[in-house]
Amino acid sequence: MAKPATIAQKIIARAAGVSFVTTGEIVTAKVDLAFAHDSSGPRRWAPQLERLGVGLWDPAKVAIVTDHYVPATDADSAAILKIAREFAATHDVKSFFDMVGICHLVLPERGLIRPGAFVAGGDSHSPTGGAFGAYVAGYGATDMIGIVATGETWLAVPETIRIELEGDLPNGVVAKDLMLMLCRELGMDNAFRAFEFAGSTVAAMEMHERMVLSNMATELGGEVGIIAPDDVTFAFLRERDAPVEDEDAARALASDPDALCEAVHRFDATALSPQVAAPHSPENTRDVGEFADVRIDQAYIGACVGAKLSDLHMVAQVLKGRQVASGVRLLIAPASLETMNRAASDGTLETLTDAGALIMPTGCGACAGMGAGVLADGETCISSTNRNFQGRMGHSGANVYLGSPYTTAATAVAGRIADPRTILEQI
Amino acid sequence: MGRAFIFGDGINTDVLAPGSLMKLPPEELAQHCLEAIDPQFAKEVRPGDFVFAGRNFGQGSSREQAVVSLKLLGVSAVLATSFARIFYRNAMNLGLPAVKFDAVAEIKKGNEIDIDLVTGSLANRDTGKTYAIKPLPSHLMEMVEAGGLIPYLDQRLNARAF
Repeated sequence: MAKPATIAQKIIARAAGVSFVTTGEIVTAKVDLAFAHDSSGPRRWAPQLERLGVGLWDPAKVAIVTDHYVPATDADSAAILKIAREFAATHDVKSFFDMVGICHLVLPERGLIRPGAFVAGGDSHSPTGGAFGAYVAGYGATDMIGIVATGETWLAVPETIRIELEGDLPNGVVAKDLMLMLCRELGMDNAFRAFEFAGSTVAAMEMHERMVLSNMATELGGEVGIIAPDDVTFAFLRERDAPVEDEDAARALASDPDALCEAVHRFDATALSPQVAAPHSPENTRDVGEFADVRIDQAYIGACVGAKLSDLHMVAQVLKGRQVASGVRLLIAPASLETMNRAASDGTLETLTDAGALIMPTGCGACAGMGAGVLADGETCISSTNRNFQGRMGHSGANVYLGSPYTTAATAVAGRIADPRTILEQI
Repeated sequence: MGRAFIFGDGINTDVLAPGSLMKLPPEELAQHCLEAIDPQFAKEVRPGDFVFAGRNFGQGSSREQAVVSLKLLGVSAVLATSFARIFYRNAMNLGLPAVKFDAVAEIKKGNEIDIDLVTGSLANRDTGKTYAIKPLPSHLMEMVEAGGLIPYLDQRLNARAF
């Protein structure tokens, strides 16, 4: 009889080539996929791989996505992108995705994040892929050089913190509100922990909403944010021509009922209000109603967490037949080209532009302060992105509030932070 | 020996290495390290000095420039109540000791500090008080002693080749 294990332990054990791993144990895991973007990847890898005199351990298991400096806005960012393109060609990286979206969305869209896989990503929001039942952790550039040179990495097997979310979310309240609430309730100091999301609320979510939970496990400080694969997962991958071969085996990855967790937190999703995080931390979260006097200069819909198709649909629902408030700019950077194309063909983009939104190129945009849409000193922005640290989105004297796509859109219409339920109730 | 600089909880990678300045050469980026909360830091800090902070130091991005900037300014170790995971790994990989230290409240700005990572001790020359600090796990000590991950890999990959 196998020892009871969490999903994190099961994936790590297989990657480490053993039958069971104990929390705290330091193991070496073989990596099924390693990925990075233009900022963290080739420009940092190339000189060090050369110094080591090695190439990629397995080009078929490496993916590179340009998303941070796209499209180039000056000669420096153009040079960074050129390095990525040349590296991919020279090292025979077939999974090279150039300016088609943000890595955390593009890889699932291409069916490359597989249930049960151990994946290393060169970006802090790598845990996003955990929504597909994979162990996806973020690493810095030097760590990634070690990984792409050897195909393995060390880790201390993490304790699991299990988050059980129960009940139907009220209209106008979404995964983003849950994660902002969790940042407040659990704090962001949970390093070297595996977060696991479960319960009826999660089971009812489509994949884009699940990705919000896994993505912002990063804000909780977690190493990963995993959701056990189920029919919703399998359907998403089938739609991408990447079906899971053995669905029963994938289902068996779920944590055993008697597996030991460091903590189990249960939350009632039915009682939640829209949440807003005040500057300069996601844990500064309170109910949206407490910010009614905050005027904004900019509303921003973007990033791996907040500009997926489901997010644009939320924004369109609020904006349909309405106008962005005078003196406010609404910027929307869809998270991938697929998102952009689908939003174009289903009429969503038209609704957004009719309301006065400016559609920007796909990519990470202003989220990390590297793309278009950054803020000036003294400006206030509400954003559907995942973090609002001081100086992140432009000037360190700017103030960024975080909200759901619903709340961000309602705020763009009102010109001050607004509860989206007021508009949604009228629809 | 070095002087202590004191910071609070939740020091993040955006204040250590602002995204909008990431295209600057590392030496110039380092001049903006922590300026959002202490504009004098990069001007005042000298090689050998220490950064002390509270909980969750280095939260946020995977960007290594957060570590590189501290190193370029000559910071010889960061001591904090707790560290964010990627920052901790980055620090080890680049040879910047990140040391868990609970008594940050007993250290004042400018205190003269001695640290011995091998024996695991920290001495505050101004108060005369000494503290035990936990040595690194052996696999990390091996890597830090080699000078970081790249030199460590160099050893390993060369050993494999011959």
